[in-house]
Amino acid sequence: MRVVVDLTRCQGYAQCAFLAPEVFRMVGDEALLFDPVPSDEQRVKVLRAAAACPVQALRVDLADDVPVPPIEPARTSGGDRARGEGRIVVVGASLAGLTAAETLREEGFTGSLTMIGDEPAEPYDRPPLSKQVQTGWASSTDTTLPRRRDIDADWRLGVAATALDLKHNTVSLSDGTDVAFDRLLVATGVRARPWPVAAEADLDGVFTVRTRADAAVLRERLNAGPRRVLIIGAGFTGSELASVCAELGVPVTVAEAGPSPLIGALGGVIGRISAEIMREHGVDLRTSTRVASLQGEQGRLRRALLSDGTTIDVDVAVVALGGIRNVEWLEGSGLAVGMWGLACDAGCRAFDASGLVTEDVFVAGDVARQPQPVFGYQFLAMEHWGNAVTQARVAAHNMISDKTDRWPHLEIPVFWSVQFGNNIKSVGVPPIADQIAVTQGSVQNRRFVAAYGYKGRLVGAVSWNHGRWLDHYHRLIEQAAPFPLPYDVTDPPVDGSPVPAEFPERVLPARDATVVVTGHDPSERQATLIHSSPAASGSRS
Amino acid sequence: MTAASPFEQIVDYANRADPWPLYEKLRAQPVWQEADGTFVVGGFREIDALLHDPRISSDPSNLLPEYADKAPPPDAPGELPNALIRTDPPRHDTLRRITMRQFGPPHRPDLIDELTPTLEAIVTRLVDGLAGKDDADIVDTIAYPFPVEVITELLGVPPEDAPRFQAWVEPIVNAFGDPTPERWRARTDAFKQLAAYMFDLAQQRRGDPGPDMISGLVTDDGPEGRLEGGDLFATLVLLLIAGHETTVNLIANGWLTLLRHPEALRRLRTEPDFSIRLVEELLRYEPSVHFLPNRSAVADIELGGTTIKKGHPLVLVLASGNRDPEFIPHPDRFDPDRTGNMHLAFGSGIHYCVGAPLARLEAQLALTQLAKRLRDPRLIADPPPYRISPILRGPTHLPVAFSGVHPA
Ligand SMILES: Cc1cc2nc3c(=O)[nH]c(=O)nc-3n(C[C@H](O)[C@H](O)[C@H](O)COP(=O)(O)OP(=O)(O)OC[C@H]3O[C@@H](n4cnc5c(N)ncnc54)[C@H](O)[C@@H]3O)c2cc1C
Ligand code: HEM
Ligand code: SF4
Repeated sequence: MRVVVDLTRCQGYAQCAFLAPEVFRMVGDEALLFDPVPSDEQRVKVLRAAAACPVQALRVDLADDVPVPPIEPARTSGGDRARGEGRIVVVGASLAGLTAAETLREEGFTGSLTMIGDEPAEPYDRPPLSKQVQTGWASSTDTTLPRRRDIDADWRLGVAATALDLKHNTVSLSDGTDVAFDRLLVATGVRARPWPVAAEADLDGVFTVRTRADAAVLRERLNAGPRRVLIIGAGFTGSELASVCAELGVPVTVAEAGPSPLIGALGGVIGRISAEIMREHGVDLRTSTRVASLQGEQGRLRRALLSDGTTIDVDVAVVALGGIRNVEWLEGSGLAVGMWGLACDAGCRAFDASGLVTEDVFVAGDVARQPQPVFGYQFLAMEHWGNAVTQARVAAHNMISDKTDRWPHLEIPVFWSVQFGNNIKSVGVPPIADQIAVTQGSVQNRRFVAAYGYKGRLVGAVSWNHGRWLDHYHRLIEQAAPFPLPYDVTDPPVDGSPVPAEFPERVLPARDATVVVTGHDPSERQATLIHSSPAASGSRS
Repeated sequence: MTAASPFEQIVDYANRADPWPLYEKLRAQPVWQEADGTFVVGGFREIDALLHDPRISSDPSNLLPEYADKAPPPDAPGELPNALIRTDPPRHDTLRRITMRQFGPPHRPDLIDELTPTLEAIVTRLVDGLAGKDDADIVDTIAYPFPVEVITELLGVPPEDAPRFQAWVEPIVNAFGDPTPERWRARTDAFKQLAAYMFDLAQQRRGDPGPDMISGLVTDDGPEGRLEGGDLFATLVLLLIAGHETTVNLIANGWLTLLRHPEALRRLRTEPDFSIRLVEELLRYEPSVHFLPNRSAVADIELGGTTIKKGHPLVLVLASGNRDPEFIPHPDRFDPDRTGNMHLAFGSGIHYCVGAPLARLEAQLALTQLAKRLRDPRLIADPPPYRISPILRGPTHLPVAFSGVHPA
């Protein structure tokens, strides 16, 4: 059977780990790892776990659980037509694409549905690829997503979309065919940014981690006991992989161009804590250090030359420099695409290059760039699992709904990462903050919450093994609460005074923020950051 | 005289059998302030928000002096320190982690899972005991003895001491559901003897540890050390009490609900795995813990246009939240097929019930056996007599007639 946990919702109550210990495992206080393909003997235990989860974060295959009844579709004329006889095409068959397809059927869409994906596999889950899949705890690299319902789609897997023609409403495919649509969902996500020097990137032993195939080779190499692994970039993926190496007992060096790990996403104050933890676990962390070149012999990676003048012997290098949005296929379409993705309105409808909203093209997931009312309607680009899910649901609903029944996508970003036994979660948009203040718990014990403020307003929070408190901050952010928090709490920190949050001073493309503020203008192709202080940028690395 | 507030009516014993319409009245307003200064909250979202709010305390010392007598009675008489259920972080988190080390993940992930066959054996034996009768009180014969035997086993009380041990536990947990002065005295006596016994047992396990929880608690040093003296005894008492009346009520309320919903009873007999969703819905629909009476705020909190004032008692009515139509569609419908069933039966946030996985398994196994083995079961009294406590709500007795018992 198949399992996925919505770790955005999970609060670490461990009910699943109690009831199905072979499938769900707690690491440290509250980090959860799970086996995405438990054996069939585990079925009853997994069902017990899924029913018991207090926040209902577990999903299993439809075949293994109670059928989900369709929700009653709202009966409105325009929506009705789209629901009944429309042709919907989804490009990008991954988390956002599948979620949208399931939502369409759930809401009573009975027309034709085509799923186009350039990867050969059915939709699968990516977060485990840098975590339990690499440590070998998950039984395979197969992280195929469970199906909540039969979506009755025409699957075109292993075929890329190459162009979009909005005059005729067709998508051209790499196999030479065209597919016509009444509604299109763009869910083409992000791909890994390769090492910039092609000859070096081609060396055997140089990897990126975005796909299941990437993960499978890397896992094999890590298991083979390399002399040393070099990780290039200490964003979330890089840090998670450093944690994997430490757990496997593989010597590892992390080269990070910025002054600390996680700096783009969480700032320097939190970054320093992360650096300490890495070093405690024996990681050779080199901050403010770039990789000058990767060197090989007979096509195999052997050494890396670092900007600190040292050379290290390595067999494996993982390039974790963030992602590139998959929008090239849309370039001639006249839509508002740029390095931060395809811009859309709050209802997931794509904008064209002149800033007009389209009626039949929708966007969701990592490739979307969407205005967020809570943050002054600035466009945010997010690479978050939870965002892919919620945005896909809203997009799907709006695709088949009349204008009187459309939903805005108002979710506040939430992100999680598991590394070195720590569960790190963030809510809101930390990179826009100018200040940070610890609000609860103890930094020294690595159990705390810190709040981010921008001009006296709460804009984000990060929890370190303290995820059960995060909902509180989520609500406060929605209410535009003041920063610092003006009241007493039960477990105050030793020092709760606000200090500068220390986000990087300049725009570094491809660095490690997972949520990026990209300005006000939907049709900008090169987004500018709107900030009074110099701010963060980049993408998940 | 002013009319009784919804909360006063809820507490009134006359309404024990059917408090649900009163909860609906309670939810008409997000926050109520009672005449005595207590604040009461009954909406799902509001309760959930407060249980994740760092301004909320479980430590009675945060009550203003004039409310000190409103604090629920201590778990144990005498000078015991507060057990973890009445503490705040960081102390709470430390006590809870040390306790969990002997109970579940990450340190002992398999304990409860491996206990499942033992649970099954205990409940089979208890139901076997009904053979040859035409009627029985399900509370006295199943719902009560089952969790006591389980906790006895889990803690590691030797089988030869089990009857003595269980005889002390009874007055302790009974006083909680029906606190009368005599019961309270009996409870104090039982506590003294239990304390002496536990002390000896702990000493003995220190020298000769087994796989049980007590051995673990007295020998295994995690990164944060172990529980000593009063903390150890307070924790053991909490495990006994917290896991007791609650589970009794879940099984009894559950069986009562099944007999009122014959279709669900039929499905429990025939559909595999039905008990899993059934128990989840029972927890929502007929929760054992109707409210959390032990909170207060360490700072004023604005909620729904009212200020919950610092230091006043705060009562969170979980059972009302579980029927809140703003959060749960058709909440008064008993529907085990609900998807995404979220409820507050075990609380939420950092005090989320330690024993929830055990309680779920116990209820799943007990109700399945009763359903499959009792032939033609019928309620003798509906509604049954209820315990006095409005907090731990459940029947004192649940007499049921049947026409024989199928073999296991
Ligand atoms: C290793 C790793 C770890 C992660 N860990 C976390 C985490 O801990 N927490 C978290 O919140 N998020 C995490 N994420 C991010 C999360 O996985 C993404 O946010 C999520 O996958 C986004 O889903 P999506 O469907 O929008 O895009 P994607 O998953 O990127 O899917 C897009 C799909 O479209 C396909 N495609 C692209 N172009 C075309 C085309 N022209 N034609 C056809 N198909 C095309 C792609 O091949 C891909 O299959 C992680 C990601 C990775 C890679
Ligand atoms: C149906 C059965 C049960 C129900 C409904 C139940 C309900 C609850 C609730 C609502 C709380 C939260 C209290 C608060 O927030 O103040 C709680 C806490 C607790 N429960 Fe249970 N419980 C049950 C069974 C058990 C069992 C079997 C055990 C032990 C083996 C147990 C041990 C505890 C402990 C130790 C706490 C305190 C946790 C803390 O404060 O961190 N419970 N329970
Ligand atoms: S919140 Fe749910 S998924 Fe997360 S650990 Fe608890 S039971 Fe498991």
